[in-house]
Amino acid sequence: QLPTGLYKKVLVILHDSVLPYMNEPTLMMDFLTVAYGIGGAISLLALNGLFILIHQHNLEYPDFYKKLYSLLDPSIYHVKYRARFFHLTDLFLSSSHLPAYLVAAFIKRLSRLALTAPPEALLMIIPFICNLFRRHPACRVLVHRPGGPADMSEDPYIMEQEEPSASRALESSLWEIQSLQSHYHPDVAKAAAVLNQSLSEMEDDISGLLELSAYELFDKEVKKKAADVPLEFELVRGLFGKKKDIFAEHFSLD
Amino acid sequence: SNPFEVKVNRQKFDILGRKTKNDVGLPGVSRSKAIKKRNQTLLKEYKEREKTNVFKDKRFGEYNTNITPEEKMIRRFALERQQNYGKKNIYNLNEDEELTHYGQSLAEIEKLNDIVDSDSDTEEGGALSAELTAAHFGGGGGLLRKKVSSEQPDEEEDKPKSRKELLEEMIARSKQEKQERQSRRESALELTEKLDKDWKEIQTLMARKTPKSEKKDKEVEKPKPDEYDMIVRELGFEMKAKPSERLKTEEELAKEEQARLQKLEADRLRRMRGIDEQANKKRPSHMSADDLADGFILDKDGRRLLSYKDGKINIENEEEKEEEEEEEEEEGEEEDNENEEESEEQSANEDEEDDAADGHSDLESDLESEEEAAGNKLEKKHEADENESQNVEKLDPEREAAKSELPYVFAAPESYETFKSLLAGRTIEQQLIILERIQKCNHPSLAVGNKAKLEKLFGFLLEYIGELATLDLPELRTIDKLVLPLYNLCQMFPEAACDSVRFILRDAAHDLEEIIEVRGRATFPGLDTLIYLKIVSLLFPTSDFWHPVVTPAFMYMSQLLTKCRITTLQDVIKGLFICCLFLEYVSFSKRFVPELINFLLGVLHISLPKNQAQGYTVVHPFTPVGKNLELLFVCDKKDLESWEKQNVPLSIMTKLKEANKTEINHIRLSCLALCFDLIKKCAALYESLPSFHEIMHPLRMLLTKHVPVSEYPEKMREWYHSALKELESKVKHYTPLICEKKKPVPLKQYTPKIVKVLEFGKKQAGSKKEQERKQLILRHKRELKGAIREIRKDNQYLARMQLSEIMERDSARKRKVKELLGSLATQEGEWKAMKRKKWKS
Repeated sequence: QLPTGLYKKVLVILHDSVLPYMNEPTLMMDFLTVAYGIGGAISLLALNGLFILIHQHNLEYPDFYKKLYSLLDPSIYHVKYRARFFHLTDLFLSSSHLPAYLVAAFIKRLSRLALTAPPEALLMIIPFICNLFRRHPACRVLVHRPGGPADMSEDPYIMEQEEPSASRALESSLWEIQSLQSHYHPDVAKAAAVLNQSLSEMEDDISGLLELSAYELFDKEVKKKAADVPLEFELVRGLFGKKKDIFAEHFSLD
Repeated sequence: SNPFEVKVNRQKFDILGRKTKNDVGLPGVSRSKAIKKRNQTLLKEYKEREKTNVFKDKRFGEYNTNITPEEKMIRRFALERQQNYGKKNIYNLNEDEELTHYGQSLAEIEKLNDIVDSDSDTEEGGALSAELTAAHFGGGGGLLRKKVSSEQPDEEEDKPKSRKELLEEMIARSKQEKQERQSRRESALELTEKLDKDWKEIQTLMARKTPKSEKKDKEVEKPKPDEYDMIVRELGFEMKAKPSERLKTEEELAKEEQARLQKLEADRLRRMRGIDEQANKKRPSHMSADDLADGFILDKDGRRLLSYKDGKINIENEEEKEEEEEEEEEEGEEEDNENEEESEEQSANEDEEDDAADGHSDLESDLESEEEAAGNKLEKKHEADENESQNVEKLDPEREAAKSELPYVFAAPESYETFKSLLAGRTIEQQLIILERIQKCNHPSLAVGNKAKLEKLFGFLLEYIGELATLDLPELRTIDKLVLPLYNLCQMFPEAACDSVRFILRDAAHDLEEIIEVRGRATFPGLDTLIYLKIVSLLFPTSDFWHPVVTPAFMYMSQLLTKCRITTLQDVIKGLFICCLFLEYVSFSKRFVPELINFLLGVLHISLPKNQAQGYTVVHPFTPVGKNLELLFVCDKKDLESWEKQNVPLSIMTKLKEANKTEINHIRLSCLALCFDLIKKCAALYESLPSFHEIMHPLRMLLTKHVPVSEYPEKMREWYHSALKELESKVKHYTPLICEKKKPVPLKQYTPKIVKVLEFGKKQAGSKKEQERKQLILRHKRELKGAIREIRKDNQYLARMQLSEIMERDSARKRKVKELLGSLATQEGEWKAMKRKKWKS
């Protein structure tokens, strides 16, 4: 119906300055449902209005979680509305009445996508996943499966499956987070290492992490005071003079 | 004792188990005890209150109560015998006692008084001349006879002089002699005074002149050292040299070097894992890679500076030395270190000789010369280094000339402009030499402010490198060489280097953020920033878990790869450069970099023809649809076939000069080959990650399904297949995750808590620490009270003493007055009685 830019503009302000003043907010139902079906950033934005309708106006939305699940794709960690989206996802997944297979599928998908995420998103998503584990102890088999098959040749989880119940997430383990334990950013590696231990009872507060930006992270790192500065001991032989220097193979100094 | 002196503290209740200390008191006894004690201490002090002399009792064991009197006596006797044992004169009891006056030995003072004053009249020390004695004693007969015998041949007719005449003559002569002596002495004194005055005048003149000329004058005066002398002195030096550690054999050296490297490697691993960061706070002391590990501290030789001050000769010497080196270089004897060392040593010896000849040998102790030798060694090493680096280039005769033109002392530049002007217009070698000389002349061990200067120098150098990189034609060769001094400076001042590099990174990141805020999208930074990032990997260990410089650099590069738009071929090259940087950074630690995989995927994506994005999703800087598609896509058959893998020149990043389509296509293909190689390297690196296949899945999809392999030339196919092989050769292997076992929490115990009772009647609440604190406070209070009471009693005692003194004095005065009055009264009475008697009579 509307051009994409306008769609976005409308959806950004809808929940804040339109819905509360409408006599019958349910009239927006169709608009939001359509917007939710479009996909991409517009779906993400439509979530907010939809949430108000579901929460306050008893909107019954069939396959809501399935739709939400299908919204998860690699770009969610890179888009501008990341904070808003994860704030809502956190709300949707906070119910303790959700089935374990669903939460496990979400966890697995989020962590699979985290393999392409920048550090600022990783710092947010790892505590997010930890919180999910705390709310749904049945999902802990993902990180702790003592009697499982010793050797598997394939990850049981099926990424391409649209239906969360058919994704076999509960049979899998969170190898993705284990991989992230060797992430280059020290804080990410530390956060990922938390899942090695059994989790504490208290949930982490992720509201402060949602808005984290890369520049803030950089600023924090660069302002840290160092007690001492370790130095490279290998003697320098030139700009590309290292042993097996990749640059020397592909670049020339001309 | 006396029951009337006992005071009983009555207890109201008897409490079981309580020990009572103070139930019975003896006030009289304790009072007398206190008074006695005060008599011994306070009274004594009071009486001696204005006396400064102290009586020291040195009798053996006088106040030692542990020794019985008999024993004391025996020991004293033994001591006395010991003292008298070595005496020569048994009757002189005080032989060893040294009498002093004002702390000086009296004997010494007496001796000083006895010193003969050379200027005094008693020059002959009272020894009478033979003539005089002969005249005075023995009746003068001998003299007469002698005189006669001596004078007779000359004047036979002369009457022999009478004795009186002779004596007068002699007296006159001796007087004359005396006078002459006096006058001579006076004139000498006058002369010395005059000389002193003259010298002072001249000295003021000399002081203004440079010491150089003075020394020159001296040198002129000095005869050239004989060859023989030189050899003798050399031998003397050799004899004096202390035995040093024996020279190590090649194997030992190699072994030590290996051990050192192993230790450094272990440190690096420890830091990489990021454990016990706090436990091992001590920084491993830096050792330069060419350290011999022989215990010499890197203390740079100050001689070069010194010798420059001294005058021309030493400079010539140095030049000789350098010429020697150069000759050696020309002969191509780089490897022949021994030879070089020998010659160096010779020249060093010569230097020492010269120093000695200059009359500065008194300034240098043996130790210093040793240090110098050490310094020489180090310098030698530096030079060897330099030689090595310079030997790479062909030696041209111009360089020699230019080298001799360069001044030897450089002041450390205070600002970037002066620094730049120093290096402007010089060749690479000259710039290196200048930098090295600045470093040497301003070594921190030479003066106080040098450290700050050299730290600044690091910043300037970094800035200079950045400027070189931003030129239209970046002087990368120069940068390549300038990295060496940069590394050396960094090893000297890690903190300063860290700060300046961080500063640059912060600036760059700030700029990036600003651009994003203003324009909404970012562009890749210039070549200089990329070079800086490369330099970071040269200066600092990139494998550390956390590092003050490297971690921010990681963050910055991550931002570049995720936020910067890719619109031109240059952007692609820059991005690939950063990918290489990432790979290099993590090559040792094998850390996972998602951005790197994303970017490589994106690069592959833009090398494909349009409308093929299926089965994978590209993330941010790349878009499935948009302008930057087909940026690396080459469809020209001819270009494809004529392509040869070539190294991408870095200067392309600043300016893409060839508009030629074929060449651009070739560069595109080179980028693609680079991308394949990077994928291969990534695959090798991340092999061990548990979700390796998930990470590489999109790349593999793209490689197998979408890349038009058949269209690629033969060489490109090789790159492609090697990358794909690396990706597919890895075995899929998953083991379920198991949490680490956590320590079992101990069960709660219900045994009663046992608390130690410290004191009855006191509150037992609180922890042990709290109780201790309370007790301490209580004790302090008690002590304070006791002290106040004692002081009060002291004052009372003193007042009593003073009062009794006054009373005594008063009574004495009264008595005296009475006596006087009594005597006066009796006198008066007697006088009156006398008067009465008179009247009667």
